[in-house]
Amino acid sequence: MQSTAHDFKHNVDDALADPNLQDSLSKLKVGFSERRRQAAERLPEFEALRDAARDIKNHALANLDFYLEEFERKVAGLGGHVHWAPTAADARRIIADLCRSVGAKTVAKSKSMVSEEIALNDHLEALGIAPIETDLGEYIIQLRHEPPSHIIAPAVHLTKDQVADTFLEHHRALGFTKRLTERNDLVAEARHVLREKFLKADVGLTGANFLVAETGSSMLVTNEGNADLSNTLPRMHIVLASIEKVIPTLEDAAVLLRVLARSATGQESSSYTTLNTGPKRPDDLDGPSQYHVVILDNGRSSVLGTKMQDMLRCIRCGACMNHCPVYGAIGGHAYGWVYPGPIGAVLTPQLIGVEEAGNLPNASTFCGRCESVCPVRIPLPNLMRHWREREFERHLTPRAVRQGLALWSFAARRPKLYRRLSGLANRLLALFGRAHGHYRTLPLAGGWTRFRDLPAPPAGGTFHAQWARHGGARTRP
Amino acid sequence: MSSSSSVSSPRPRRVALFVTCLVDLFRPSVGFAAIKLLEDAGCTVEVPPLQVCCGQPAYNSGDRASARAIAAQVIDAFEGFEAVVAPSGSCAGMLAHHYPGLFDDDPPMKARAENLAGRSHELVSFLVDVLAVKSVVARHDGTVTYHDSCSGLRELGVKDQPRRLLESVQGLRLTEMKTPEVCCGFGGTFCVKYPEISNAMVAEKSADIAQSGADTLLAGDLGCLMNMAGKLQRLGSPVRVRHVAEVLADMAGLAAIGEPEAKR
Repeated sequence: MQSTAHDFKHNVDDALADPNLQDSLSKLKVGFSERRRQAAERLPEFEALRDAARDIKNHALANLDFYLEEFERKVAGLGGHVHWAPTAADARRIIADLCRSVGAKTVAKSKSMVSEEIALNDHLEALGIAPIETDLGEYIIQLRHEPPSHIIAPAVHLTKDQVADTFLEHHRALGFTKRLTERNDLVAEARHVLREKFLKADVGLTGANFLVAETGSSMLVTNEGNADLSNTLPRMHIVLASIEKVIPTLEDAAVLLRVLARSATGQESSSYTTLNTGPKRPDDLDGPSQYHVVILDNGRSSVLGTKMQDMLRCIRCGACMNHCPVYGAIGGHAYGWVYPGPIGAVLTPQLIGVEEAGNLPNASTFCGRCESVCPVRIPLPNLMRHWREREFERHLTPRAVRQGLALWSFAARRPKLYRRLSGLANRLLALFGRAHGHYRTLPLAGGWTRFRDLPAPPAGGTFHAQWARHGGARTRP
Repeated sequence: MSSSSSVSSPRPRRVALFVTCLVDLFRPSVGFAAIKLLEDAGCTVEVPPLQVCCGQPAYNSGDRASARAIAAQVIDAFEGFEAVVAPSGSCAGMLAHHYPGLFDDDPPMKARAENLAGRSHELVSFLVDVLAVKSVVARHDGTVTYHDSCSGLRELGVKDQPRRLLESVQGLRLTEMKTPEVCCGFGGTFCVKYPEISNAMVAEKSADIAQSGADTLLAGDLGCLMNMAGKLQRLGSPVRVRHVAEVLADMAGLAAIGEPEAKR
């Protein structure tokens, strides 16, 4: 997918001016966080499970080479194949070759953020292979030619009315000529249309929530059951996952599943949890005859062993964005690439470069709500700060910010100078702000006064000036 | 204007006040309120003269070298005090949680940073958790709502402490917002680097404040307070804004933040 992360500020303006988006976001902000809170409260051991989940992922990352090779051995033993894709281009090529090897015309896809990361759909379409998104949200945005705006709720930016219009436009040719207004009717119509496509698909492509090394299984959770049709009906099943998805055991998966659904949607568990363990065996009634797992690196391995490694613990629950006030204000598309919200602000600079995505880790108040709900305790604000440090080191920070900062820190390192300057500023602000107590405009403070007044200090001098004047201790105004 | 704590007789503690740069420049009364509260709780308060800023503007802009230099200066300034107390969760959080990490490659300085971190506190949580203050003698007639500033809440666990002390203020009724824990959109330099997003956040916060029905908004961090006060005033809201320490120290007779002093 083409990034617009460099155009973040423009994206923000668009997002803030979009009434449909703002309407959708107002519902999301309350809904997800409230359900997550209730789910966490119902489970007394939830905080301990978060620790356990963090430790499992840390262990897996510390031994990633071992578990990936173990996984590959197990998959091969089951009659499946593991393909290693160092880059996005490698992954696209491997998947295209697999599709062509069975003469595929259509690929039924269940939701995969990694497929968005490698821009798989565009690539397949260019080769004459039709990808069909079978997750309802993904299906809706595919019809609208939009990228996902949320990692677990890709069409969360749309209102029901927008979906109704989209379905009417695209399903009319299939004989659905009535504009639907009820949620359930819309789902039923999509199900009807999609069922046909499942039956015709030559290849099923799914993502994976976890790759289990001890069994060679890929594990997938959905609420729609679409993944189960994607991987059982077609002849070939391709799993596309990134390297950090591997975990040691099924026991570990059980722990991670317990925090995943609760953090994501507030469910105790997702409606469908599916384990795919190799191709169809002789006695199986159904299943694919070929089973392939494409494992993507795309720059992830370069953060192993660094301060940034913690980002690879992510299990893609979306809790960070559900609780982020910045995401809640601007939605996912403004982030300009595949992964939005706090985890996007950390991952995107790694995956497409900090030059392109430098705004993302800066557009945070560091309020810390993301970290406080992350099921694997990723220190998201700290990781965003690391990116800011890299930008500063490489002189990518905007010049005005650098210069302002340089002046300020020059003074801040000289207490006497700083005291004189703040004393002067205090007197001027108090003097000219005396009449109203605040400023509606102020030179050089447009970033502040464009949207809010600036409170003026009361007369009498800075705290330190007053303190010194009264001779210190036990003096009160 | 006298108030006293119900704590029996804590041994006097030599406490340093970390005034913070915003309080110094924009709202000196918060510093005096802090001193009063600390003295009433039995502390001896000093204000080390070499203090300036905790360094967050540099630290959060990626300028680690400046942040380190400023942190070293703060560590020097507060050497030897039993406790360092700031009327701000954000600045106290910087000292208590972020300084040691700035000196990972300098073990002696890291040890000093860790020592300071262990002595650093946000004002209200210091009063309640360390000095065991259970009540204050103060009066404030009206309905207030309390905004949980992010760093105080999530880095330092400041949540119940201010509410507990506010309960003891005569005439005061506390009413909660729907989402008191959601960021107001200040975020230090964030609010001027991304003013549109910050505005969307503080507009939403203002609506939440309005629906709470409170006539006064309180919080423990002046940055957040100035952001919310400025937005409420721009919107023409009648809600007044004060630092929680001013109300607890019975100094709420002062003009509210952004109000002209004539109303005093």
